[in-house]
Amino acid sequence: MSAPAQQRIIFKHIDEPGYTNDIECYLRNGGYEVLKKSVGRKPEELIDEVKKSGLRGRGGAGFPCGVKWGLVDRKSGKPIYLIVNADESEPGTFKDRYIMHQDPHQLIEGTIISCFANNVKQAYIYIRGEMPEGARILEKAIAEARAKNFVGPNILGTGYSCEIYVHRGAGAYICGEETGLIESLEGKRANPRIKPPYFPAVLGLYQCPTIVNNVETLCHVKYIAEHGGEAYSKIGTPGNTGTRIFCVSGHVQRPGYYEFPAGTITMGQLLNDVCGGPLPGRTFKAVIPGGSSAKVLKFGERYKGKRKVGADMVDYDWGVEDVPMDFDSLAMIGSMGGSGGVIVMDDTVNMVEALANINAFYSHESCGQCTPCREGSLWMKKISSRMVHGDARPQDGALLKSVADQIPGRTICAFGEACSWPTQSFIIKFKDEFDAYSEVKKTLPADRRVLV
Amino acid sequence: MIQPAKPDLVTVNIDGKEIAVPKGTNVIEAARLVNVDVPHYCYHPKLAVVGNCRMCLIEMGMPAVDPATKAPIMDPATGKQKINWIPRPQIGCGTNVSPGLHVKTTSPMVKDAREGVMEFLLINHPLDCPICDQAGECKLQEQATGYGRGYSRFVEQKNVKPKRTQLGPRVTLDDERCVLCSRCIRFSRDVAGQDVLGFVDRGSYSTLTCHPDKKLDHNYSLNTVDICPVGALTSTDFRFKMRVWFLKQTNSLCTESSVGVNSVVWSREGVIYRITPRRNDEVNDTWMADSGRVLYKQVQSADRLTSDIALDNLTVKAAHVLQAFAGSIAVVGSGRSSVEEQFLTKKLAAALKASVSLVSRTAPGDKLLISADRNPNVRGALVTGLISALPSAQLTSLAADIDSGKVKAIVSIGEDLTAAGLTAAQLAKVAVIYLGTHANTTSAAAKVVIPTVTVFEKAGTFVNQQFRIQKFIQAVPALAGAHNDLAVLAKLIAALGAPAPAAEIGTLWPVIAAEVPALATMLYKNIPETGLLLDSTPWAGLPFVEGETLHFKPAAPAAATV
Repeated sequence: MSAPAQQRIIFKHIDEPGYTNDIECYLRNGGYEVLKKSVGRKPEELIDEVKKSGLRGRGGAGFPCGVKWGLVDRKSGKPIYLIVNADESEPGTFKDRYIMHQDPHQLIEGTIISCFANNVKQAYIYIRGEMPEGARILEKAIAEARAKNFVGPNILGTGYSCEIYVHRGAGAYICGEETGLIESLEGKRANPRIKPPYFPAVLGLYQCPTIVNNVETLCHVKYIAEHGGEAYSKIGTPGNTGTRIFCVSGHVQRPGYYEFPAGTITMGQLLNDVCGGPLPGRTFKAVIPGGSSAKVLKFGERYKGKRKVGADMVDYDWGVEDVPMDFDSLAMIGSMGGSGGVIVMDDTVNMVEALANINAFYSHESCGQCTPCREGSLWMKKISSRMVHGDARPQDGALLKSVADQIPGRTICAFGEACSWPTQSFIIKFKDEFDAYSEVKKTLPADRRVLV
Repeated sequence: MIQPAKPDLVTVNIDGKEIAVPKGTNVIEAARLVNVDVPHYCYHPKLAVVGNCRMCLIEMGMPAVDPATKAPIMDPATGKQKINWIPRPQIGCGTNVSPGLHVKTTSPMVKDAREGVMEFLLINHPLDCPICDQAGECKLQEQATGYGRGYSRFVEQKNVKPKRTQLGPRVTLDDERCVLCSRCIRFSRDVAGQDVLGFVDRGSYSTLTCHPDKKLDHNYSLNTVDICPVGALTSTDFRFKMRVWFLKQTNSLCTESSVGVNSVVWSREGVIYRITPRRNDEVNDTWMADSGRVLYKQVQSADRLTSDIALDNLTVKAAHVLQAFAGSIAVVGSGRSSVEEQFLTKKLAAALKASVSLVSRTAPGDKLLISADRNPNVRGALVTGLISALPSAQLTSLAADIDSGKVKAIVSIGEDLTAAGLTAAQLAKVAVIYLGTHANTTSAAAKVVIPTVTVFEKAGTFVNQQFRIQKFIQAVPALAGAHNDLAVLAKLIAALGAPAPAAEIGTLWPVIAAEVPALATMLYKNIPETGLLLDSTPWAGLPFVEGETLHFKPAAPAAATV
């Protein structure tokens, strides 16, 4: 079965020849028409459309956007803030950056529509510190939109006012965690907050109710406002509506970003048909389906169980190639759809070295607040780096796994899971490689050993 | 006494034991009530909850109810309501009790979580307890006996961080021992109001540090040492002076001001090594000012008064002097004397038919634990009836009486009369009997000096600004050649020919209780460790100088604070 065609609703104009990121180009392509219509509607109606659409957040966790909006405390009398999470830092993910660089007005339009729907007067775009170009583009785009009265006071003469500010992070992965982001935006160290009591929907930015949405999610909101929740929910599969953008990197012929209706494409179709398969003479070995913190999948493994199709329970027996690329199917086989960053590794990759790389990243990015994550992530890094650079011991794999097992579920934020899942899954699935690495290493050329 | 309002109670089940606790209590405090210890590092009952050490992880569950009907779901095996246990461990510090909450603190999941956290805390921590100053009072050491592995799986290089950083004049930091609990940061920011501490770098390389160009030099900096669960923050004064397990702990009071901060005096073989605060939620929570902690140094100071002459001879000599000036004697009592001493001072004044004045000592309060009244026991003098009006700082009328020749002899109970406004010429005109601890111009000019003891060398009670009577206990033996104030006063009274009063706390108290209305039915031994609140209505109209401090709001607008 060959792959279905791409359906680009968010990436419609990305890499389109002649398409520029200024407002004139955006207006020529029908820009801000949805906003003009939306501000004439009732805010509750827009929220209902989003609820009907079944839109799930595109930041990684896949939390239903309508539910998130529904949790906001609207009775407190405090202002409600909306924060655009543009701190795209998950290794292997590069979708939001393209939206901000090439189609920033799509994000601004989606943001203002969402603000209008939720009676938000102030929105912040929290952009990753390593994206100065994106910040400049957004600043310019907001200024253009303000000049045309799409942003700022009395938008389009409706009496509704909303400001958008761009805030640049200082370069830390943890600022992508919503409560860490809020702390950072408040000018503090980005230590994620304890929940309860600090749920952003109730006690968020400046202790006010706050909505934190991913860049791509807000672009989907714009599409939903245009076409209606009903129509949007028909894209993709039930429970996994809309399109998903896959950022494929690693050992495939044509890495890049691809947008498909969610759940309609399998891993095999994506990697083989869309991305052109493995590099010449190589075979696929492993794939991380949703950003580097998702659990790794091993080619050649079978996943069996029962799943719901419509009202029936159906048996499934999948190889990695057969897995539909949606939140629920990937969760069923023990991984996750996450941010859509698909990292492909072929048979030239040594899994110990790959894990050493991932562990180095996470130990560098732990905020250092909770003991298990702070100490565990660095310990795992020290073990895996020693295995690669120094003396690997046969028992190191088991030790790594045991350290990783002491982290998830015991920390304030999900970073505990993010840093331990790679280690857990690498060692479960590639135990032989870890156990034998001390022997394998003796045969490796010297230049292979300079890694992290 | 006014009874506090009854709080709403919530019934919870901790390790199978049911207990009703006030709403808003967290699981650590609730467990404490049923004698279940939930180990923790970052949690402190008087600081904001941050939940970062993850040591207090517990297993938690709620009674199951049918989502549709809200009817309880019963467990047929036990006949009780089924409990839905949360599959992930939760933090005890950040979890407040709710009706029906079930907690397990001994389950395999909890044990595993605690052991995991302990191992993580120790991998980068120096394992050199024998040379660490915190040993013996280190929470890491304590919990390691319960949840440590006993061997290390860590074969990598430990992180290297700064050692012996001077954070301020009184606090030394060893970053390698720091477990990043952030208690000191929260204390400095939220309680002391000086936001100077923080972490730099991230992950396991996070390092506690002071803001550049600033110092941890507020007057409460040593509290960070008290609350540091490990050996990271140590007192520059105390570190490496004495192992804590050799020290005897004695409950005492801080004499710095009328707040009456509860303290513990740590001594060994008659030598005091340090003073730390003692928890009293009605007075000082768990805090104490740095300035109060160094007061023990006066015990061994070079200018202590001592005498080789026996006390009997000293009192007889003093009585001779005084009897020569009968009818023209004044007594200067002290707001630093204990209630018992003030009671006997009153008896002494009666025996001498002398007038009594006190010296007030005021300075601006810090709104925390140092009040404007720097005498610890002015209210004691009011309660015992030694005085009936508030004292002033200058002995103006006494000076006038000396000038006019009305007063020819003065008994000073530890008050430096020069500091209280008398001139050298005036002092030279009168015969002074000085009962005091340290040398000063008054002791130098005195006809008779009877050396007495400091607060650490005796027992007694003070009445603080709230009219709370609190007791302090003798921590160290009196210096040789100095005498207990009560014995001195009793013997002096006897030497003057009046009936000898009891000279010991135990025997004196029944007399005090019989004669002082506010202290009726009270005995020294019955005063609880947190003190007893007295009825202050008889003195409600007096213009006390105290401003607002922790747990104290002045009833009337404070009269001009100096």
